[in-house]
Amino acid sequence: MDNKDEPKDSAVNRRAFIAGAATGAAVVLAQQASVASAQETVKPIVEPSVQANTRPASDYMVDIFKSFGMEYMFSMCASSFIGIHESVLNYAGNKSPEAIACTHEEISVAMANGYAKIEGKPVLVCAHATVGVQHAVMAVYDAWCDRVPVYLVLGNTNDAAQRNGDVYWVHSAQDPAALIRDITKWDDNPASITHFAESAARAYKIAMTPPYGPVAIVVDDHMQDEPVPSNLRVPKVAVPSAPSGDSAAVAEIAKLLVAAESPTIIAGRAARTPAGLQHMIELAEALQCNVVDTRQRMNFPNRHPLAGGNAASADIVLALEPGDISNQTRAAHQRNAKVISVSSGHLFQRSNYQDFMRYAEVDLAVAADAEATLPALIEEIKRQTTANRREVFRQRGDKLATAHAQAFERTKAEAANGWDASPVSTARLSMELWAALKTEDWSYVTGWVNWPMRLWDMTKHYQYIGRAGGEGVGYHAPASVGAALANKKHGRISVSIQPDGDLMVAPGALWTAARHQIPILMVMQNNRAYHQEVMWFQREALSRGRGVELTNTGFGLAGPDIDFAKMAASMGVGSSGPITDPKDLAAAIKRGLAVVKRGEPYLIDVVTQPR
Amino acid sequence: MKRWLIAMAFLGCGVSAVAQQTASIHRPSAAHGREVFLRLGCFACHGTVGQGGAGAVLAPNTIPFAAFQVWVRNGTPGWSVTSGMPAWSPRILPDDDLADVREYLATLPAPKAAKDIPQLND
Repeated sequence: MDNKDEPKDSAVNRRAFIAGAATGAAVVLAQQASVASAQETVKPIVEPSVQANTRPASDYMVDIFKSFGMEYMFSMCASSFIGIHESVLNYAGNKSPEAIACTHEEISVAMANGYAKIEGKPVLVCAHATVGVQHAVMAVYDAWCDRVPVYLVLGNTNDAAQRNGDVYWVHSAQDPAALIRDITKWDDNPASITHFAESAARAYKIAMTPPYGPVAIVVDDHMQDEPVPSNLRVPKVAVPSAPSGDSAAVAEIAKLLVAAESPTIIAGRAARTPAGLQHMIELAEALQCNVVDTRQRMNFPNRHPLAGGNAASADIVLALEPGDISNQTRAAHQRNAKVISVSSGHLFQRSNYQDFMRYAEVDLAVAADAEATLPALIEEIKRQTTANRREVFRQRGDKLATAHAQAFERTKAEAANGWDASPVSTARLSMELWAALKTEDWSYVTGWVNWPMRLWDMTKHYQYIGRAGGEGVGYHAPASVGAALANKKHGRISVSIQPDGDLMVAPGALWTAARHQIPILMVMQNNRAYHQEVMWFQREALSRGRGVELTNTGFGLAGPDIDFAKMAASMGVGSSGPITDPKDLAAAIKRGLAVVKRGEPYLIDVVTQPR
Repeated sequence: MKRWLIAMAFLGCGVSAVAQQTASIHRPSAAHGREVFLRLGCFACHGTVGQGGAGAVLAPNTIPFAAFQVWVRNGTPGWSVTSGMPAWSPRILPDDDLADVREYLATLPAPKAAKDIPQLND
């Protein structure tokens, strides 16, 4: 840090430095003189010769972010990381990372969440270490619960002597990452540029080692302006390979599965990558067993003949990166079945937030990343499978395929109920969308509605990315925009079925989509209520023998009804609606798709049934 | 479907005399039933035309009134809003209104068959 013993106006410091780096010492001196004359108590503290002839540390920091392959910087602008922001724009030419303007830190982080689940890597998220982090916390929690790598850089004024005025003080913290320490894998507050480089690299490695998770680096705002020592280089980062199950455990799992009469796979966040999805298919087909996809990720093609069913009659349950399996485990033990768990969750937990779920008494627990373990497990299963067992598997697979086909027909019949109803049924909405999308390269980036997972033909890893890990309201809109940004370079059509209450938390995501031309077709599930809570209220009131007619008081989003089409239009997003007649849907979707194919976002407001 | 089976099981225990009496005296009104169904928020779980959602499908194939009444009055167990039906007391939903609700559901036109809906057949 420069001249630590002397109080100084850090805002002047930064401005002077930036100007100096860009235009030379003469301009800096002139600017400093101008500022000094306007505010005579301010004393320039950075030597102009140092400013003009060296690079600021924030340039070096951006070099480090570039080395991670970070394509974007998501941020709501703030003075505490203005050095990094300036370097992204003027030093890096606003490329890799490209600055994406967000209107709320919760949006920045949720966008980063959606992006990472499509692209498999983090972007840079910058925020004020105090008020910015306070805004961001829920989205960080979603990423934590959802095992998503989110990379946070938090601007702070560490040195009290540098805090010149009330705002500096209230925007500074002794330990800014404390607020999110329970929901991040790692954080640091580096004391020097060299320290920053090492911690930045370490944070990236930790975020990208399964179980993935958010990390945070606090960056002193004055450090961003310091000259970079000439001998500094960007540290090398070798992301560790994902931990896979040991050979003895893999052999034991294979033995149990091959011998089982009716094994079932439960998949939570099993498939992290496209390869993971293919491994899941290979595993299920090797065993000809059913896969219960709990849909935290795109684990298995929903129309595959082995998809679906349940674990109720399984004699061996293989749970891969599961959520809460305590019920299935208890039930399994009652019928003398065994449960195997392969999860990176066995490797890393924190205490406070209870996302680790109820304790499950599994019979065999393997502390490993499921996806990384699958290739060896598949090979071992194939090796142990005899011709006789293969025939048993084939017959089992035939039965499962028949059951799958029958279940699919039942689902279609269920979808036909209320087909012409107004408000529009969510099944109709989903299938009108599918009719328009099925010949496109599409990605269903978010939605509460489960009809797409039941009836669309999902075969690729990016076609579904799960929901909010922490079930926080306010995830869907920004996460879908972040996912759509990741899909943009691949030319995919991103589509979401957007809950109304969720959009009201973070509507600014629409503006970001318009400002940065992020193509996404956002179709509202506008049921004019916080519907889940409506049902809870009904249950509570009825259990007390009291009335249920006040559901719009505190639970509804009607009276006045929200015009989401106008909301979108006000932020530069093309829109139509509100649509109440299902016959109007197809034309609106066609219009919307045309806009999205031009590279822009589009919102269709559809007044829907509750579910 | 599971909830309907449970409701049907209640029938096996015998239908109350009150239920039979109410059904025989009151002439159900589908129009009033619709108003009650929407006003009390039954649609929140079952959809405005009983097509189902978080709750069971109520139409088409609406069950007989006696079974319907037993199911609504007793509810079904479940700890969450998507896994059980709360019990509705006659004070909140009188028998006559309940009969009207059932009438509304029973008289709704049957939906098209899935095979006749192009969007459901790709």
